Amino acid sequence: MAHESRSRRAGVFDIRLIIALLIGVYGAVLTVLGIGFTTDEDIAKAANVNINLWAGLAMLVFAALFVLWTWLRPLRVPEDVQAAQQESAQ
Amino acid sequence: MTVLAQADLRLDANAIDYVLLAFYFLLVLGIGYLSRRQVSTSLDFFLSGRSLPAWVTGLAFIAANLGAIEVMGMSANGAQYGMPTAHYFWIGAVPAMLFLGIVMMPFYYGSKVRSVPEFMLRRFGKPAHLVNGISFALAQILIAGANLFLLASVVNLLLGWPIWVSIILAAVIVLSYTALGGLSAAIYNEVLQFFVIVAALLPLTIVGLYKVGGWEGLVDKISGGAGGAEQLDSWPGNQLTGFGSNFLSVLGLVFGLGFVLSFGYWTTNFVEVQRAMASKSMSAARRTPIIGAFPKIFIPFIVIIPGMIAGVTVTELAGENKEALLNGDAAPSGATFNDALLLLMRDLLPNGMLGIAIAGLLASFMAGMAANLSSFNTVFTYDIWQAYLRKDRPDDYYLRTGRVVTAAATVLAIGTAFIASTYSNLMDYLQQLFSFFNAPLFATFILGMFWKRMTPTAGWTGLVSGTAAAVMVFLLAETGVWDLPGQGASFVGAGAAFVVDIVVSVVVTYATQPKPEPQLVGLVYSLTPKENLRHSTTGEDAGWYRNPGLLAGIALVITIVLNFIF
Repeated sequence: MAHESRSRRAGVFDIRLIIALLIGVYGAVLTVLGIGFTTDEDIAKAANVNINLWAGLAMLVFAALFVLWTWLRPLRVPEDVQAAQQESAQ
Repeated sequence: MTVLAQADLRLDANAIDYVLLAFYFLLVLGIGYLSRRQVSTSLDFFLSGRSLPAWVTGLAFIAANLGAIEVMGMSANGAQYGMPTAHYFWIGAVPAMLFLGIVMMPFYYGSKVRSVPEFMLRRFGKPAHLVNGISFALAQILIAGANLFLLASVVNLLLGWPIWVSIILAAVIVLSYTALGGLSAAIYNEVLQFFVIVAALLPLTIVGLYKVGGWEGLVDKISGGAGGAEQLDSWPGNQLTGFGSNFLSVLGLVFGLGFVLSFGYWTTNFVEVQRAMASKSMSAARRTPIIGAFPKIFIPFIVIIPGMIAGVTVTELAGENKEALLNGDAAPSGATFNDALLLLMRDLLPNGMLGIAIAGLLASFMAGMAANLSSFNTVFTYDIWQAYLRKDRPDDYYLRTGRVVTAAATVLAIGTAFIASTYSNLMDYLQQLFSFFNAPLFATFILGMFWKRMTPTAGWTGLVSGTAAAVMVFLLAETGVWDLPGQGASFVGAGAAFVVDIVVSVVVTYATQPKPEPQLVGLVYSLTPKENLRHSTTGEDAGWYRNPGLLAGIALVITIVLNFIF
């Protein structure tokens, strides 16, 4: 089991940050588009809703919440590995 | 779908949309690369080393099923049948998912098997194991092909690339991350995909509802159009089942879809169960399908409602076109219900949001296909290759085999993609497959888990005769001997498979020798010590919000309330 814990510690990454990165970038791009580059024609097409702006803002809020979650409850790798080993040993 | 592309209905994507799409693919491949460093044994590759938290496996559990088939197929169903489509979620998924978490997961996770067929091996021996392993592997390849075809048609519509080019390109992308990072890469990507799909569909639904004048506007338009107001209530769903009688329709939904098809699919399908097996503790494994049930309850609103909106607002689908399609004719516009979501996106979304919507669709395709591949390679490697062909090799041999098998499966799926392209409504095709393989499996499992007398011979004869019964019903319906339109044929097929399986299993059991009881500990309810089935309630598993029973109760109440509303 020793090699297993080594590999896990070396390879650990937090999926929550990747989700926040993707949605955050999407939100930022959409917000900028919605403020500056979405034409009246586009807005008329989308039933008079500036969907880029609103969806962008919502995604920014979502990304911020995920970052907050990651920050408040960080991954604790060593405990997890121990717990997994104890369990597989049983 | 090809007709539509030829009619030059390309989505008007620009540079910004492509940049957003490219960024998504960059992260997908990045996850594959990062996960690769976590893979050092075959258990890491096939079951993520049983180390993932419950919210990750729970969302992956739902995303693995939220493939393109689900998203495109269910919005097609929404456009065609309306609200009764929600049965696929509320009747056809949630109860079975809760049952899996509460009743069956302790056996799966507690017995430490690595796959569903391996459970069959330990409970019923080799014949049942082989039947299950081979039929599962076959089904995965067929379904992966359906996913591939759907992606190809999306890319065809978007970029105008030939179908075969996009099939191969898409296959290569999915292959690269599943072969590199194994189940972890597939699961992490499924979680990411889940959020992209929601980010794509939720804004589309909201804009669509504004367009038709809110829920009230949608009600008016649907009542006035082909199909009528019947499409606004989920019960009794005659159009969906194809039964004229309300009673038979409700019976078909509750027994056929709700009991046999859905329990068969959710509780024995290794694609789903594998995600729970990858979680880090018994408690997390039980919570996986229960956590997944919560998004599942609400997904109909962002999948079916856009389909319904498309059916009344999109020119190519509304009015006389919908009427023609409901009568089983081709629409004058050349569109089909499978195009509903794409056409709605084209009509409503500006550049920017359009790119994300396309990313969401491609994501859902990849979620489905990666799930098929990652479960196929596990079953093939552990249950066919290691069990029968190349025993007792070192672990890294099986790790390498897993990667090679993933590549081979991708090539086969490219072939089956062309089979999928011949069915007009992909959901019909999928339901047929599930009724062949899953319904008898559930019957055998539930008997085997609770009846210790059931013999190994009964295990495989039940499976084979159940599948044969489903195939018979399919052939009768297909050749017109038994007239069952809509999706009623698969409900009846599943019901027949279940009943035949039970009857054959019981009869054969009384004629053959059961397994000795000591070999069934951990596999059969009455022979398993109760503490083996319990989960810990301390540390990472403490707290009321981590209690599987309580979570399941909340999900059940929400589902029942929604059934009363719609």
